[in-house]
Amino acid sequence: MEKRENEHASPWTPSARELERRQVRRAITKQKIIIASLSSLIVIGLLAAVVVTSPGFQVVRQTFFDFNYGQVVIKTVSRGILVNLMLTIVASILISFIALVLALLRTTKSAALVPFRFLATVYVDIFRGVPLLLVILLVGFGVPALRLTGMTNSVLVLGTIAVVLTYSAYVAEVIRSGILSIHPSQRAAARSLGLSQAQTMRHVVLPQAISRVIPPLLNDFVSLLKDTGLVSILGVTDAVRAAQIHASRTFNYTPYVVAAILFLIITIPLTRYTDKALHRTYSAQNAQGEA
Amino acid sequence: MSSVLELRNVRKSFGENVILHDISLAVPEHTATVLIGASGSGKSTLLRCINLLESIDDGVILLDGKEISDPGIDGDAVRRKLTMVFQSFNLFPHKTVLENVTLAPIKVHGKSKEEAIEIATSLLSRFDLLEKADQYPDRLSGGQQQRVAIIRSLAVNPRLLLLDEVTSALDPVLVNEVLSIVRDLKSDGMTMVLATHEMGFATQVADEVCFLESGIILERGPASEVLARPQHLRTQDFLKRVHEAGRL
Repeated sequence: MEKRENEHASPWTPSARELERRQVRRAITKQKIIIASLSSLIVIGLLAAVVVTSPGFQVVRQTFFDFNYGQVVIKTVSRGILVNLMLTIVASILISFIALVLALLRTTKSAALVPFRFLATVYVDIFRGVPLLLVILLVGFGVPALRLTGMTNSVLVLGTIAVVLTYSAYVAEVIRSGILSIHPSQRAAARSLGLSQAQTMRHVVLPQAISRVIPPLLNDFVSLLKDTGLVSILGVTDAVRAAQIHASRTFNYTPYVVAAILFLIITIPLTRYTDKALHRTYSAQNAQGEA
Repeated sequence: MSSVLELRNVRKSFGENVILHDISLAVPEHTATVLIGASGSGKSTLLRCINLLESIDDGVILLDGKEISDPGIDGDAVRRKLTMVFQSFNLFPHKTVLENVTLAPIKVHGKSKEEAIEIATSLLSRFDLLEKADQYPDRLSGGQQQRVAIIRSLAVNPRLLLLDEVTSALDPVLVNEVLSIVRDLKSDGMTMVLATHEMGFATQVADEVCFLESGIILERGPASEVLARPQHLRTQDFLKRVHEAGRL
């Protein structure tokens, strides 16, 4: 918005009517705060009462929320979550790259790339349709059984490959939907300036498509972090596995809760941060308000 | 006089629906050809065909005497010489005004960044938009956006400029600021083909006015004749309706 200085206007002081309105607004706000507090108090109080008075409460508290035991296991579980984090970071980089290539192949009109477009479609169909756990098992136990020379037997590497295979298919579809959502008039404008098909994609379509799909992408990457816990089935000592080892020794499930809290510590700020970043980009490019 | 653009018996249909029946047109250098006609008469389609955004079904399009309607032609190379400005502006929302203007000169015409910025800056300042250089398009008014879109097309120094109802999405006050740019371009000697509903403006810039009706050019000639003394009944009727709408 342009600021327009109006030199003829006298300095503004709120009218009596406006002052009155402000008072009413303050009263309404006050009332809302009181209602919200009361309602929260009642709901949370009831929930707490139900939980605390339940017959198994003492047992649950000891087996799931044993603070002292939690302190004992936190070290190994934290070491485990570092594995999840590392795996997520490495996998994210690979997934972003592969998914982008898949999405571009699936939207290409180039005749030379037709066979690749077909293969990309088949790939996406397969890996979107098979449960991640099965892919992890098939890759983790199947690939070593092939006894390929030079192929690693590291469960961590195989687990990562499995996760990358599946998530690339998901992320590719998200990116593709973003590409398809860009209005054809943007392509027309770019092409009429002389940009080639590829340049149009690179400089006009893709940047808009990606920023549009950041929320669903973030969703997928938070999912990815959680799903790295599944590679524990191959014997990777991640947070889930570390917690499991403790729990099966003592029959106390506090380590699971510790692992859950550690996951939350990573995922919640991640989500909040991206929300903010998103808001910044949108408000810079969009002056149409946020209604 | 050799024509920058020449159309011979151009036909375009979408399935059963024939949009352009038999269009022939010649646009000499430094002249402006104005297409008028009701919505759906084929003005936009004609411009899109010239810009090779649509392929034609029959006839020939020549640019500087060379056929560009041949399917084997490099469309990108052709579009490097003729650019189009759209009714809906179509600025790139993720790029600033300056980036919008410099994109094609850098990526298509191989200009250095400094060179492209220099061209863009001089164009922006000429048309009073320099202070908006670092803004995103959505911060601009419709008139400003369309002026930027025109500047973006000028930055590639086109042989021919196509303008598709560039003021139709604007309110009457903003229309003028856009039209004054086009008038400036006309006096610079830019060769143009434009579709418009602004008859007063057409009178000012047109060397030739073509009245399109259902895919054929019903009447053509200097503005002083077509707009002032239309011969054809349909043209008279169209101009009467435009007049009633207060656009003349």
